[in-house]
Amino acid sequence: MAEHHLTTPITDADVEKLKTGDVVFITGHIYTARDAAHKRLVETLDAGKSLPFDLKGALIYYVGPSPAPPGRPIGSAGPTTSYRMDTYAPRLHSLGLKGTIGKGKRSDEVKAALATHKAVYLGATGGAGALLSQRITDAKVIAYEDLGPEAIRELTVKDFPLLVINDCHGGELYVKPNLG
Amino acid sequence: MKIVQAKDIREAVAAMCIAANRELPADVRAAFEAAHAAEEAPAAKEIFRQLLENADLARDTGLPLCQDCGLAVFFVEVGEDVRVEGSTLREAINDGMIAGYKDGFLRKSSCDPFTRKNTGDNSPSIIHFDIVPGDALKITMMAKGGGSENMSRVTMLSPAQGWKGIKDFVVNRVAEAGPNPCPPTIVGVGIGGNFELAAVNSKKALMRELDDKHPDPEIAKLEDELLAAINALGIGPMGLGGKTTSLGVKILVAPCHLASLPLAVNIQCHSARHKEVIF
Repeated sequence: MAEHHLTTPITDADVEKLKTGDVVFITGHIYTARDAAHKRLVETLDAGKSLPFDLKGALIYYVGPSPAPPGRPIGSAGPTTSYRMDTYAPRLHSLGLKGTIGKGKRSDEVKAALATHKAVYLGATGGAGALLSQRITDAKVIAYEDLGPEAIRELTVKDFPLLVINDCHGGELYVKPNLG
Repeated sequence: MKIVQAKDIREAVAAMCIAANRELPADVRAAFEAAHAAEEAPAAKEIFRQLLENADLARDTGLPLCQDCGLAVFFVEVGEDVRVEGSTLREAINDGMIAGYKDGFLRKSSCDPFTRKNTGDNSPSIIHFDIVPGDALKITMMAKGGGSENMSRVTMLSPAQGWKGIKDFVVNRVAEAGPNPCPPTIVGVGIGGNFELAAVNSKKALMRELDDKHPDPEIAKLEDELLAAINALGIGPMGLGGKTTSLGVKILVAPCHLASLPLAVNIQCHSARHKEVIF
């Protein structure tokens, strides 16, 4: 299993070299969005309007951080469970989104979209929000501030540690439960 | 008659909410350390290393262990000889929770189910009251995350399905949840009662310490049997494979209707945050 250091924006060539089980360290900008923000993003697309950030080459992190205490850019910031965004992800991938970051299983539709649009699903360690926040150097709300923890934030990250869960070649890291 | 001041309850609850979110319970830490030593797969070992580092960081920095600081769930035992002065007990607990989540920089996760608008202060708390003999007031708080709660289920089995039906349902639930609820989990199982009591009991069961053996040796045996079956699934920490899918199974049993075998499975993520205070 290889180790990769990638800088955003992510290219097709970056995605193609990632294999299930590889460790990836991301540096650059990533965007936070979870349940309520995804609903608004898709409603914005339906209305024919432009999104608050450029999807091309982007990574979306499924996270609703805790409030930043004084002197810190952000509070705890670990992943939320990804399947709730499955209905939205294929459309966003078709518009250039190169990857999503979360935890837990994805639908067959999402996995197919990863192959079709050359994108990747990356896993962060769930419940390690204090630890992951140490790799976030800046956070600013860029849209939907009224959603509070669900607002879209642009995070600046340095060597943000991730695992390739689903690659664009059909690979899957999660083990199938042994039901005997 | 013991008089307890609402102000004291508010302060204790606020402190408890903050501490629960920052301090990994000692029994869970000990279980992480044991699992870190026991796991052979590098990925599984690495997850436990990260979780231990995360717990140290939360303790040292005051950041919450997890950004999902949960809905605040309380189990309250109110002695019949206790009276609260200054506000209602419910207000005192909820106001304390609001203060704790604000002052501790904890995430507010409560929202309207239709509009999805955040209530802004994590209220309302979910409070289960029990009236008990005596003059003590015991308040237990749990910060319950949404990811693990979403993987929980209630079902009404037929009496004929018996223990096999119970075991199959619990193990299949954990298998189907897979990596979603942040394994290694702790599995609370409510058996018997009725539809709502089974659910409440499955959550109440999670308040027990991990190394606490069930007082009924027959139930203790069933807990061990379920844990062994769950860990044989091989899901492992974060679903990456390994020996540790769950750290414990805790069962709470209640008598049920002749026609029923209610069963609830409440899955708790590894960030098993709870505290208690007694007045």
